[in-house]
Amino acid sequence: MSSIELPATAKRPPRTPPVVKTRKPLPTRWISALTLASLLLVWWLVTAAGWIEPLFLPSPADILAKGWTLLTQGYMDASLWQHLGASLGRIGLALLAATLTAIPVGIAIGYNRVARGVLDPLIEFYRPIPPLAYLPLIVIWCGIGELSKVLLIYLAIFAPIAIATATGVRTVDPAKLRAAQSLGASKIQLIRHVILPSALPDILTGIRIGLGVGWSTLVAAELIAATSGLGFMVQSAAQFLVTDVVVLGILLIALIAFALEMGLRALQRKLVPWHGQSH
Amino acid sequence: MALLELERISAQYPGAPTPVLADINLSLGPRQLLVALGPSGSGKTSLLNLIAGFVAPSGGRITLDGAPVQGPGAERGVVFQDDALLPWQDVLGNVAFGLELAGVPRAQREAKAREMLALVDLAGFGERRVWQLSGGQKQRVGLARALAADPRVLLMDEPFGALDAFTREQMQELLLQVWQRTAKPVFLITHDIEEAVFLATELVLLAPNPGRVVERLQLDFGQRYAAGESARAIKSDPRFIETREHVLARVFSQRQESA
Repeated sequence: MSSIELPATAKRPPRTPPVVKTRKPLPTRWISALTLASLLLVWWLVTAAGWIEPLFLPSPADILAKGWTLLTQGYMDASLWQHLGASLGRIGLALLAATLTAIPVGIAIGYNRVARGVLDPLIEFYRPIPPLAYLPLIVIWCGIGELSKVLLIYLAIFAPIAIATATGVRTVDPAKLRAAQSLGASKIQLIRHVILPSALPDILTGIRIGLGVGWSTLVAAELIAATSGLGFMVQSAAQFLVTDVVVLGILLIALIAFALEMGLRALQRKLVPWHGQSH
Repeated sequence: MALLELERISAQYPGAPTPVLADINLSLGPRQLLVALGPSGSGKTSLLNLIAGFVAPSGGRITLDGAPVQGPGAERGVVFQDDALLPWQDVLGNVAFGLELAGVPRAQREAKAREMLALVDLAGFGERRVWQLSGGQKQRVGLARALAADPRVLLMDEPFGALDAFTREQMQELLLQVWQRTAKPVFLITHDIEEAVFLATELVLLAPNPGRVVERLQLDFGQRYAAGESARAIKSDPRFIETREHVLARVFSQRQESA
């Protein structure tokens, strides 16, 4: 009887559950970081190997060194900080003025039929014109001082904010308006407590778009008529074929635009946490 | 005590061939819970919008304590079908909103708001964000918000229509308790027959094309609940079932007429 074997299964080692290999997918952030890193690597490679003349593309190390020189000694009678400060000051002033004026105008367009009739065609008329196309006219009217540059950027930022605000005001949930009215809200209170907060996500999107447009307009305007600013720095360096300053300037311009965008996104998350929540 | 009266009210949208509402007479007094029941298209929501003052009638008179209703106002509180809460304020801010509009100081209005939240069984929810609440909780906040402004009448536009059946029953019972405690006249519209029969002290049945009152019933099931009888006992009472079936038959007979 001993020859009768027990069912084979009894002798098998206990079955372990099949191990599913769960590979964590690479986060998107890492993919983006890798892309940037490889781009930098290629840049370093082609310059270090001497395949490209430094006149056309200086090496990353040269650019960094130049950046240090610019910080300490400056370029064209102004330090890098002064160029940076000039550009940021212009866009900051224009943004402040545009925000203070475009939001009330946008509310008026969205809320009042007459205001819409008056202001909408004006904004829609000038908005599609590239700011550089009317820069000459602004220079004729206001000269080549700071005013004309700030005015140009202001006009570029104004339209997106006003239009986004008007859209936000027009798409306010009518039930929320009625709820506030049935609680006794006056017209001013409706704007202050319901319309403005409802439109805030759209307003912030408008500011993001406006800031993007404003920044490109600023740099372009400085390329044409300025004695300081990042755009001026790039333009004058190009005339003397100082390629490292050109590349450095372009990188800085990109970096600042990126920082502005990220800052505004963070602000949007902080100010309108309800945006995108189902409620 | 408040008395809301509608005399020969009619309403017509510009360009529409038939009026939305024709010759509606209603009165709503203290300790009354008037329910308007009707199929879609019978002008229920239009009727509520007229009383709330969101829309002006094309004919007739609406008065509250003798004064004509002109536009929306805080003396007629409204609870909406989709809560219509303000997500940029927390729950307490929402409930206190009417008092804030009226210029009541912060400490005072927040105390009142907490009291109202306790009334709708949401004590301790004041600091929550609106999007963290369930559908039933949002409707209770909506009710507390309307009550906090201390309106003379309370208007409710299918307040429980979007809730699941279980939550809806809880909300009906809560509404009856609140109605009993605050003694405010309530005007509620619904398309749920059982809800209408359970809640109403007076039930008006509306029919479409044009919206008109086809039947009025005086009921006491809601009062029985408020007096302490259990909801299940009331709803299984033969008289309740008989009333419900009667109303159901009326609604269906209209359907066939209009079809």
